[in-house]
This record gives sequence, structure tokens and C-alpha cells, in this order.
Amino acid sequence: MTDRTGTMLYLDGVSVAFDGFKALNKLSIIVYPAEMLAIIGPNGAGKTTMMDIITGKTRPDDGEVFFDGRTDLTRLDEAAIANLGIGRKFQKPTVFESQTVWDNLEMALRKPRGIFATLFYTASDTDTARITEILDTVRLLGRKDHLAADLSHGQKQWLEIGMLLAQDPKLLLVDEPVAGMTDSETVETAKLLKEIAKTRSVVVVEHDMSFVRDLGSRVTCLAEGSVLAEGSLDQVSANPVVIERYLGR
Amino acid sequence: MLTQALFRALDKKAIWLVAILIAVAVLVPASNLLLPNGHPLRLPNYAVPLFGKYLTFAMLALALDLVWGYCGILSLGHGAFFAIGGYAMGMYLMRQIGNRGVYANPILPDFMVFLNWKELPWYWYGFDNFWFAMLMVMLVPALLAFVFGFLAFRSRVTGVYLSIITQAMTYALLLAFFRNDMGFGGNNGLTDFKEILGAPISADTTRAALFAASAIALALAILVCSMVVNSKLGKVMIAVRDAESRTRFLGYRVEYVKLFAFVVSAVIAGIAGALYVPQVGIINPGEFEPSNSIEVVIWTAVGGRGTIIGPIIGAILVNVGKSYFTGAFPEFWLFALGALFVVTTLFLPKGIVGLIGQYRSLTTRREQHDRSAPAAPSPAEVESSADPQPKPAE
Amino acid sequence: MIGAAMTFSRLLATLVVLLGALLVPAHAQTADTTLSPLVDALAPGSFKDRETAIAALVATEDLRVVPLLQTLADGDLYVGKTDAKVVFITGSGATLGRIDPVTAAELGEVPKADLEKVKVNNGLRRVIRTAIGQLTLLSDDPATRRSAAQSILRDADPANLELLDSGISAEADPAILQVMQTARAVLTLKTDATLEDKTAALPLVSAIGGRDALTLLTAALANAPDELKPAIQASIDGLARDRAVWDAAQNVWYGISLGSVLLLAAIGLAITFGVMGVINMAHGEMVMLGAYTTFVVQETIRRYSPELFDYSLAIALPLAFLITALIGIAIERGIIRWLYGRALETLLATWGISLILQQSVRSIFGPTNRLVGNPSWMSGSFDLGGLSITWSRLWIVIFALVVFVTLLLVLKRTALGLQMRAVTQNRRMASAMGIRTPFVDAMTFGLGSGVAGLAGVALSQIDNVSPNLGQGYIIDSFMVVVFGGVGNLWGTFVGALTLGIANKFLEPYVGAVLGKILILVLIILFIQRRPRGLFALKGRSVEA
Repeated sequence: MTDRTGTMLYLDGVSVAFDGFKALNKLSIIVYPAEMLAIIGPNGAGKTTMMDIITGKTRPDDGEVFFDGRTDLTRLDEAAIANLGIGRKFQKPTVFESQTVWDNLEMALRKPRGIFATLFYTASDTDTARITEILDTVRLLGRKDHLAADLSHGQKQWLEIGMLLAQDPKLLLVDEPVAGMTDSETVETAKLLKEIAKTRSVVVVEHDMSFVRDLGSRVTCLAEGSVLAEGSLDQVSANPVVIERYLGR
Repeated sequence: MLTQALFRALDKKAIWLVAILIAVAVLVPASNLLLPNGHPLRLPNYAVPLFGKYLTFAMLALALDLVWGYCGILSLGHGAFFAIGGYAMGMYLMRQIGNRGVYANPILPDFMVFLNWKELPWYWYGFDNFWFAMLMVMLVPALLAFVFGFLAFRSRVTGVYLSIITQAMTYALLLAFFRNDMGFGGNNGLTDFKEILGAPISADTTRAALFAASAIALALAILVCSMVVNSKLGKVMIAVRDAESRTRFLGYRVEYVKLFAFVVSAVIAGIAGALYVPQVGIINPGEFEPSNSIEVVIWTAVGGRGTIIGPIIGAILVNVGKSYFTGAFPEFWLFALGALFVVTTLFLPKGIVGLIGQYRSLTTRREQHDRSAPAAPSPAEVESSADPQPKPAE
Repeated sequence: MIGAAMTFSRLLATLVVLLGALLVPAHAQTADTTLSPLVDALAPGSFKDRETAIAALVATEDLRVVPLLQTLADGDLYVGKTDAKVVFITGSGATLGRIDPVTAAELGEVPKADLEKVKVNNGLRRVIRTAIGQLTLLSDDPATRRSAAQSILRDADPANLELLDSGISAEADPAILQVMQTARAVLTLKTDATLEDKTAALPLVSAIGGRDALTLLTAALANAPDELKPAIQASIDGLARDRAVWDAAQNVWYGISLGSVLLLAAIGLAITFGVMGVINMAHGEMVMLGAYTTFVVQETIRRYSPELFDYSLAIALPLAFLITALIGIAIERGIIRWLYGRALETLLATWGISLILQQSVRSIFGPTNRLVGNPSWMSGSFDLGGLSITWSRLWIVIFALVVFVTLLLVLKRTALGLQMRAVTQNRRMASAMGIRTPFVDAMTFGLGSGVAGLAGVALSQIDNVSPNLGQGYIIDSFMVVVFGGVGNLWGTFVGALTLGIANKFLEPYVGAVLGKILILVLIILFIQRRPRGLFALKGRSVEA
């Protein structure tokens, strides 16, 4: 395939099978720096498995996965990959429910992750300012001392996006960010992601077509573990195979 | 940095607890030693080591709480660390007997003479020195916890699997310490101690001093634990407890977080064991019984896990109950203990402290609707959002 | 060799064995009244008279004559000075006990001075040996000849060589002939026979096989001529190799036996833990209750109809299953169903239940071991090649296999099994499809507990039945399930047998306790390698 230098994320011929079921079948995807890629596809197309492989949760049976053109992600574990600068938002919003919104962000904030560094950590003024700024961005400033468990579904989604921001990653993997959000929240989220994608690479998995349209990015349609079609949303949604397998007539 | 962290740890509750413990460390010995016999406020002689024993149990429960309540690691083998600390202290006390033993051998403890051993095994060297022994009290449990934890956490053994292998660990140690060849007195363990730091071990003053030492050690353990749990690392520990893999995706090395908690906890348990032994006068392999370790879990659960004070309350309450029941109705103690396990898990998932907290948050909420602190999530909610337990085949 | 050095009691013991062997077949037996005067006739007169008396005794063909003559040959036969009665004596010192050689009745003690030894010389000894040979090796009854040859083989007394030769020359039955020749070979090695004879004897002795041959050859090696030593050594080495193979096989058997016990104890746990994800710490107590059910059944039978004792286990099995299954269902409905998804809490609650059950049994039946007997078909043992196999162990192995296969069939072939698997894989979907999940939960837990009850019946046969019975198995059972892999009965099967065999192979080298410790350590290390056991389920669904 293409040369991997200059790419932010490079997947080539990635396959993985669970008990004979091919979740990914020779999947190849490239994301460039400061680029947004939207991934659509039916359930079971392998979207979540792809994220699992990028973030080190699952090891591929075959294929190459490179970050920043040079780091082989298949050799690293989740923590190492996260520290390289890859942040992930889960399909089901996963925040630390028994802790406050502020604490959630403080843990996510990009700081040394070592045991003793964490044990003796005290928030500096810049840290406090940065967390406040993020809280403002994700509109949770008023709820900073509330437990994450008390947030609404949409707010949890926002908090998780806020945690992504706090991590300050180079590559964001965002799985169904607008599920359970109101229309206006959805529009806001699209705006926020577009803003982020100006400086970082973003991969968004989403079913909501109008949201994908709002993102206005390159689109890849996955099915049965490999790429079905690539291009702009209009190109992809006009593809007869995509209509057949995913969008329906 | 350290002082800052310590200062932060000294929230109001911790200060109160430490203050109470220091008061207890002074008042209990004073009441026993200074007040005349027959005075209504005088603690009888038997009560001092008994209360001291409760304090060491409280310390053990606190140690377990650090890993279970805060980090989600249910260790069913914490009794092993306690026992190892106890054995290290016991070895010092054995060496102090010197030639006052039955066989009057100045070097070898009686049981070695009895087994016809000619020389002291190498691992008994140095235990005639108090400070070396105290170092071992902390170092050996720490080392065991480190090796065991490193292997287990690195390969991500979690949930019930971890609980079961911790149980296997203490069971293996139980079998090992029963063997005479191990050189720890086999079945009978270590006993017949004479003196500690030159003071006769069963003298009232020694016992009072041991009690005070236990209270102060517990206070220190509380300080260390609250420093850890109030730090950012403590928050990460709770994050690991609630959603382990999410914490990994934030870039934290979950295995090291757990390892840290496990080792610190093992050291606290070891010190507790070391204080326990001179107050009860014996250490034997029975302390490694898996059932002992599980009992510690119920102390912690009854008091309220995930809090500093909960395990202390729980350990003391359950053990006072145990002393009473086994004296008054020995038949019923196991019924009561069994029922306690069932009732606590079914109706008191947050323990006594949680119950009080619920009552409090209810009243405060009534008083001030707007600014109401949101009620702690019920354990069921926390659990459902938490990392899935290794539920097989789902 | 035996001679006077052998104490009388030891001799008597050998003779009883000999007699026991000889008396098995129906045989000529003379009336006591006829025999007694003939016996008493041994004492008076000269050696010549004794010869005649012996001939008369042999003519009766009564085998009671054999020990009598043997005793006479050894010079241990006495006669009363006053009553002229020939007797065996027991004890030593000033007074001696007397035993009637014919009836074996005790005749009371008398002072030593009242007794006199029946004298015997070498000529007479030869006569006696021939006589015994005639009675035994030359008897008309093949069974008598065979056991006589076998006892000569056992005693390995070279003095019997001549006798044996006469037996061999007259023997027609090839099987008995072989025994005799083997015996001859053994005796030959002990004499100072020629090198050729000994060389020829060697393969026959080796052919006996086992520890016996090893002992014989090792003894022979010591006083063998140098030329023969390498050959003997080679035979010993060959035998030792055989022995090692049999020992290994015996260990495998012990391992299978232990493994089947572990399988029985763990398989119910594999269902509740594996299939349902529920940690049942009271599982061991279910085993214990099964064992106590057996005890109660046996007590009832002993009291009311002892003739049914051999059927006690058959009666106890369904009862134990029913009782423990009902208790299991009660526990599930009462407690565990509130704790699904909270595995660690379930662990604590069931531990509490186990304490309550233990104490209940202790209060009702007492803290000590209760006696549960083996039915006749479960006692004793038999040899299989070089293996020694007890019936109880064999039955337990078979029983464990039956339980295992039945459970496999229940899970794979029955409607309940299908529903259980459905609920296991996707509770919500199963429920949406109309499966009554609470019912399935209760039944699964009941089944797991019931199987534990069955295990209890089996374990009551080989273990002490006490309130602590369950505690002894719970940790091992967990190890088996965790090692084998959760949610997989085959994993439990392989896990149980592997652990059982590994344990028994370690035992001879490091001892039982250390072996067990090593196994525990190995499992702990193994879980690091494969956190989900030997036969782990794989796939996204598991990791989610």
C-alpha cells in the first residue's frame, strides 16, 4: 500500500478472528495528521474491533498498525499507547461514576503517569486553569463537583470528550459520540470535533448520517471487517454496494 | 512535596481519628497502671492485651480496605501478610529466650533442639536484633506482595480469579508452615516468649506499652492510608476499582497502581501481625487459615469498605462480638458470623459507615435542596458501570 | 535353615497360612477320635516306632498331619510326662500352654517339667519330609499340590529341594509343574548348586517378577559365584525397570483416583461457577451434607433392616441429590439471586452460608467423625498386573465418569441444558425469548448443588465424615475449575485429572505436603500465563 511516512495512523492488511469469526478481514485505513475520518458501517462491521486493535486491547492476527508513521502499535499495551497520544472515547460513555466531574478531568489531564508522580501530585495553577477551560468547553463548569454518576447520558458523553481533550492526544478515536444527545447537542458536538480536527487527527465512528454530514469529512464505510467504500459522504452513500449492504434502499 | 501531601491527607476526619487513638494510647494504659485495684474506671489486666489485639485487627482490616475498598482487589490472603509479620516478630522473641528455654540452648530455640538440629538455619540469622526483625516485619510481607502482585497484576488476573489465587497463596503457606522442616516450629508455631527489648513480656507495664504501640501504629497507618487515598493516586485507585480498562486507556499503568496498593497494604498487615504476636503470646500456622483471611473481609465489609474509619469500626465491633459470643454462647458464634456475612452483603453493601452516610445525606438533602450533595451512588449502580467482572462466557 | 532357631509362634503362623491354603478344597478329614491315638503314638518307643507312627498318620491323608509333622521335625513337639498326650506348646518360661494338635483346642498350662520333647534325629527328619511331600506335593488333589508348591516357593527353604524334585517328577499338570519348577529355581539359587544349574534357574526366578523376584535376586547376588553375578545383576536391572514402569502405572492410577475425587468435588462447582458466574463458597458444605445423608441412611438401615446395607449407597444417592439440590435452590432463591453480577459479594454471602451449614451439622451430629461403612462390594482390593487397586477407588472413578457424562448429556441434550446455555450466553435475549431466567437460575444452582451432594455420597466412602469435610475440598475444587477454564466441563475434567496425576507424581519425590504446595504454586503461576485457564473461551464477547 502507500508509504506510511507522514501518516498519523496506518493500518495495513489487519485481520483478526474470534473463534473462527473474522471480525476484521485485511482492513487497511490511513489517517493523516490534522485530518478527520468518519467511519460508518452496519453492526458487526468491525468498527469497535478496529478501535480495540489501535488502542492495544486486542492483538491482530495479521497486518501492520503504525502510529505517527513509525511506532508499531501491535507491540504496545493500552497504557503505553495512550501515553503515545492516542485517546479513545467509548461507545457506551465510560466515566468514573463514583468520582466528581473535576476529578475525572484531573485524572485525564496530561501529566506524568508514574506511581510516585501521581502520589505526590498537587494541581498547579495552570492545571486548574486548563481543567476549568475544558469544563467550559464541554459545558460542565456548573457541575464540576457533582459525581459523574449523576450526569445525564449526554453530559457523560461530553465529559468523556472533555477527558479526551484533557489527555491532549494527537489522535482521537471517538466511538458514537452523539448517541443519546439532543439535536442541538449533536450539532454542538460536530462543531467541537471539527474544531479539534484542525490540530489533531480524529477518527469518528457514527451511525447518525446527518451528524456525519455535519462533520463534512472523508468517509469510510466498513462491512464484514474490510473497507467497502471510501470518499466523501455523497460519494460513499451513492455507492450501490453501500446502499445494498448498509444504507438500504 | 511530601509535607504538602501529608497536610492534604489531614482532613478533619483523619485528624479526629488520630487524636482519638492517641488519647486511647494514653488513657487505657494509664487507667490500668495508675488507678488502684477496684477503682470503677480501672481496666482489668486481661483487658489491655485484648484491646490491643482488637487494634491490630483494626489495622489489618484497614490494610485490606486499602486494596479492596479503594482498589477493588478482594484479597482472600491478607491473613498471610499478617501472619508473616507475626512470625518475624515471633522469631525475634524466640531468640530473646536464649538459654531460658527448656533445653537451655543459648542459640537454638527449643523446637530445633527437639528436632535434633545442630545449627540455626540461615534465615534465622539476625533475628536476635530487634531492628533487623522489625525491618523483616515490613520487608518480607512487602516482598511476597510484590512478587505475587507483580505476577498476578501484570497478567491481569482480576476479580474472583485473583481472590481465589490469593486464597491459594495463604493455603500454600499454611501447609508450608505446618511442616517441621520449614524451621518455624511446625504445628506448634512459636511461643513461650520471655521478654521483648529486655522487658518481661507478660508484665503489666510491657502490655500497656504494647497497647500504646498498637494504637500509635494504627494512627500512623490511618495517616498513611488517608494520604494515599486523598492523593491523585488514590483517585486513580478508585478509577481502577470502578473501571479498570478505562483507566488503562487514560494511560495509567493499572498493574503498578495495584501493585503499589498491594505492597503498602501488605506492609501495614505485617506490622499489625508483629504487634499482635507479643500481645497474644503465640504465633502458629493457624493464622494462615484461609478462613481467617475471609473473616477480615467481613470486618471490613461490616464497617464499610472504601472508607478509612469503616474497617476500624468493623474490626472492633465484630471482634468484641466474637469475644462475647465465644465466651457466652460458643455454639452460636458461627451462626452469628455466617448471618453477618449474608446480612451485610444483602442489606449493608456499604457497611455501617455507609448506613450513617445515607441517613446523613437524607437529612442534609431535606435541609438544603439546592446545594444538596448528591447521594453516593448505590453500589448496584457503581457495579453496573464498573468494569465487567470476569463473568465467564458472556 | 528353619531349624530350632525359629521360634514356635512364628512357625505356627507359617503353618496356619499353610493350613489355610491347604484346607480350601474339600478334603479327606479323619475323625478326631481316630486321629488322636495315632498322634499320641508318635511319642513312645524308639525312632523306628516313630517311623511307623508317621506312616500310619500319612495313611490317613488328613492335612492336619502336615503341621504336626513339621513341628516334630523342628523338634518342637512335646508329650505329657503323665498323660502321654502329644501337644503343641505356646509361650516360654516355667509354665507352657498346650494345644491339641488335632482339634487345635487349648488344653491349659502346665509346668515345663511335666512336658518332654518328642525326640527326633536326622533320619527321622528325612522320613518326615518325604511324608509331608506325599501328603501335599504328591496328593491326588491338584489344588493341594498347587498350594503346597506355592508355600514352598514362599518359604524358599532349600531343605525342601529333594521333596520338590520328587513332586516335579510325578507332576502331570503343566501349570502346577511350572510353579514347582519356579520354586525349584528359587531354592537352587540358595543352595551351592553348580553354576549351570544356577544359570538355568535364573530366568525362572526373574519370571516371577515384581518385588518378590527383586528381593530373591538381591539376596542371591550376595552369595553368588562371581561368574554368575553379572547375569543376576542384569536380571535385577531388568526387574527394576519393570518395577519402575509398574510404579509409574500405580502412580497414574492413584492420580486418576485422586483426579476423579477432585472431579466429583469440582464438577458441581464448575456448573455454578463456570456456567452461572457465581462463586459458591458453600459448595464444600453441599458435599458434606451429601456425606451426612449417607450416614443417616446407613444408620437407619442398620437399625431397621441390616440386610439392605449393601444397597445403602444406592438409596443415599438420590436422597443426597434431592436434599442438596433443594438446599441449593433455597439458597439461590433466598440470597444469591439478589447478588447477580456482584461476584465478590456472592463469594462472601455463600461463605456465610457455609459457616451456618457447618455449625448446624456440628450442632446436630456433633463435631466428631461419624462412621460411614463400606458396602461389601466397595471393600477390599485386587491386583491387576503389578497394580494394586482398591474396589472403593475403582467405583469412585467409575462413578465420577458416569456423573461427568450424565452432566454433559444434560447440558447438551435436554431442554433445561439448552436453556441454561442460553441464559449463560445472553441473559436478556434468553429472557426476551420467553425463557424463565429465574427458573433456570434456580435449576442450575440446584443441579450444581445436587451434584455436590452426589460427590458427598462417594467421598463418604474414602474420607472422614465430619462437619469439616467440605472445607477440605473447596480450595482444591476451585483450583480445578480455575485451572481447567471456566464455563467448560471438559476443562474441569482435564483439570481434575491433570492435577490429580501431577500431585501423585510429585508425592514420592517431595512428600505429600510439599507436593501439594508445589501444585498450588504451579497453579498460581499457571494462572499468570493463562488467566482464564486451560480451556478458556475466546472472543470479543468474553472481553467485553
